Amino acid sequence: MNLVALTECLTSASCLVTQTTSGLIIGMLLFLVAAGLTLIFGVLKVVNFTHGSFYMLGAYLALTVNGLTNSYFLAVLAAAIGVALVALVFERFFMSKVYGSNVLMQLLVCYAFILIMDDAVKIIWGPEFKSMGMAAAFQKPPLFIAGGIVPVFYLFLIIVTLIISVVLWLIITRTRFGTVVRAAAVNPSMVSALGINTGLVFSGVFMLGGMLAGLAGGLAAPVRSLTAGMGFSILIESFIVTVIGGMGSIAGALLGSIMIGLVRSFGSIGFPLFVEGLMFLLMAIILILKPSGLLGKEG
Amino acid sequence: MARKRVDLDRRTVLKGAAAGAAATIFAPNIVAAQSKVIRIGMPTILSGRVAQLGTSSRNAIQMEVEKINAAGGLAGRQIEMVIRDSKGQPQEAARVSRELVNSDGCEILLDAEASSGSFAVQEVAKDLGVLVMHTNSETSSLTADPKIRIPLAFRSCRQGIHDAVVSGAYAAEIAKAKKINRWGTCSPDYAYGRDNTQLFVEYLKHFYPQAEVTMEAWPKLFQPDYTEVITRVLQSKPQALYSALWGGDLTSWVDQANIYALFSQMEVFAINMADYTVLTAVKNLPKGIHSATRYIKTYPNTKANAEWGDAYRARFKEYPTNWSWENWVGIHFIAEASKKANSADGKKIAEAMRGLKIDCPFGADGTVTMRADDQTVIGYAIGWGTTISGEPYVPEVTGAKWDTILQLEAEWKKRNNYT
Repeated sequence: MNLVALTECLTSASCLVTQTTSGLIIGMLLFLVAAGLTLIFGVLKVVNFTHGSFYMLGAYLALTVNGLTNSYFLAVLAAAIGVALVALVFERFFMSKVYGSNVLMQLLVCYAFILIMDDAVKIIWGPEFKSMGMAAAFQKPPLFIAGGIVPVFYLFLIIVTLIISVVLWLIITRTRFGTVVRAAAVNPSMVSALGINTGLVFSGVFMLGGMLAGLAGGLAAPVRSLTAGMGFSILIESFIVTVIGGMGSIAGALLGSIMIGLVRSFGSIGFPLFVEGLMFLLMAIILILKPSGLLGKEG
Repeated sequence: MARKRVDLDRRTVLKGAAAGAAATIFAPNIVAAQSKVIRIGMPTILSGRVAQLGTSSRNAIQMEVEKINAAGGLAGRQIEMVIRDSKGQPQEAARVSRELVNSDGCEILLDAEASSGSFAVQEVAKDLGVLVMHTNSETSSLTADPKIRIPLAFRSCRQGIHDAVVSGAYAAEIAKAKKINRWGTCSPDYAYGRDNTQLFVEYLKHFYPQAEVTMEAWPKLFQPDYTEVITRVLQSKPQALYSALWGGDLTSWVDQANIYALFSQMEVFAINMADYTVLTAVKNLPKGIHSATRYIKTYPNTKANAEWGDAYRARFKEYPTNWSWENWVGIHFIAEASKKANSADGKKIAEAMRGLKIDCPFGADGTVTMRADDQTVIGYAIGWGTTISGEPYVPEVTGAKWDTILQLEAEWKKRNNYT
């Protein structure tokens, strides 16, 4: 524990800028994965354990497309679309069969898919780790704002993920699809009785969730070491985020992600050996005070 | 009752006859095979996060066993490798090793496990009384600690204590020249990371007492995002940073530290950088990172080493790793000792191996020696240099002084009551 360093950091503009941006970047990438996870849970009432695999697949697709086209933009686009399609196939042919089943059955299907995806990655891309490399446009010295260090690439990522968050919010709150999704989350039988094809809505939600995870994988690929199984650690943190924010709440996921990001970032200054513990402590405190999560619905 | 007994007896007779017939048909082949072939069991990691190291061990062994067999094998018996995946789990390494000896008829074990697995394999070898060559475990106590050491176990790879002395001496030279007193460390939070870093700091201070560690960061193993660790290092402003991160973790860390321009703000010493797995994976490799050599074909800068690195690459379409050369050393020690003893018997090979010196492309002077008293290899090439972004990656290497290593190792053993 180093409270002196933490106090010094909180009173220094340069440290505040560096740690806040680093907290935001950790949080925003986490949000993209957690948003899809919470969206799928909110509507389908399914805990999608394969979400980490979607993130991994996004990163690998980005690696391949980046290698072929040398375009980071196309790589990220391919990651989002490719994973959305895989998510669609997975939902239609596998997950949809176990929607009514108990959690154990859903868990088994997801676990099987995780193992298959990990092995598929090893077969296609090889067992050794890969690195995508930074696009030439971002190979620039970092910005110095009020003495704090802000990497250009991270600034770009924060802006892009913020835009995606806003677009997602608009889709959910201002479009017909969003209205149907929200209605299906509350009462799918009623939505079905109104003549809306709920199967299609469920597929759409699963695709959207998968797309967000793929997007996160693609966006983060230049600063991640790509290996089979890389989705596992982000899955655990995403669960923490969704539990903190409230299962099913996208706004909660955003809040939870930023909180986790800032806890990691400032926690590493004040409690360098207890950063992981801090995240779980935060989760425990929130669950004690509000068992449904910060923005989760009671009951 | 009597009828029943007769019925049973008939079946037993039939079964016995079938077994007898099978034995008559196959037994001569088994006997013949046993006299011609010697099986060597090799537990290693062929799946999971560090599978690349296990694969590179298998590749090196495959290449060398072909050469040894072409030259007559072990005392006239052709080597047949039986290679099994332990998935990097100690209990699996132990199970596989036992099976290799008991079911597959392996007479020697070539343990290409990471340290956690090696201690388990050592126990099996002790129990079954077979010769074992540890080819990858760098944990010093495996052979240094007399309570752990066994007469039939040898080590053909680098050792933590040797690395620490060399690293401390090299870093101290740079620190003296550039007056670097404030040091930071950033290593993975598990046994290897902690031990390696603690020993490095110990020997850095031994050679340069003014050095002071002002910050320590311990990211967890396989952590995907190092942002908070990197910004913390930047806030602490050490003049130099030491890291024992390795493999994919080191690659991510370098990529992420690069965009914070960390490498232009301090001297960075990353002991595991100069291995092709990392050097070729990092797309934007910064210049000037200090690293110890793990395996590069330009150090030692000899024809034999370059040719071996190229031959491996031509065959497997990638460069060898740190584990590859260590397996080369392991299998060649067995072959040379067998030649000296003119026997393929494990105990006779072990006897001949103690104190044996062999020619080796990875030796500091073209040879390596299996030290008799603790049955571990010494004299291998080890040095430090700084990176450039392309081949040969580490153009100038400062070689280690083995006299100093051996002297400080002896003192370390005494301090730890290993002598």
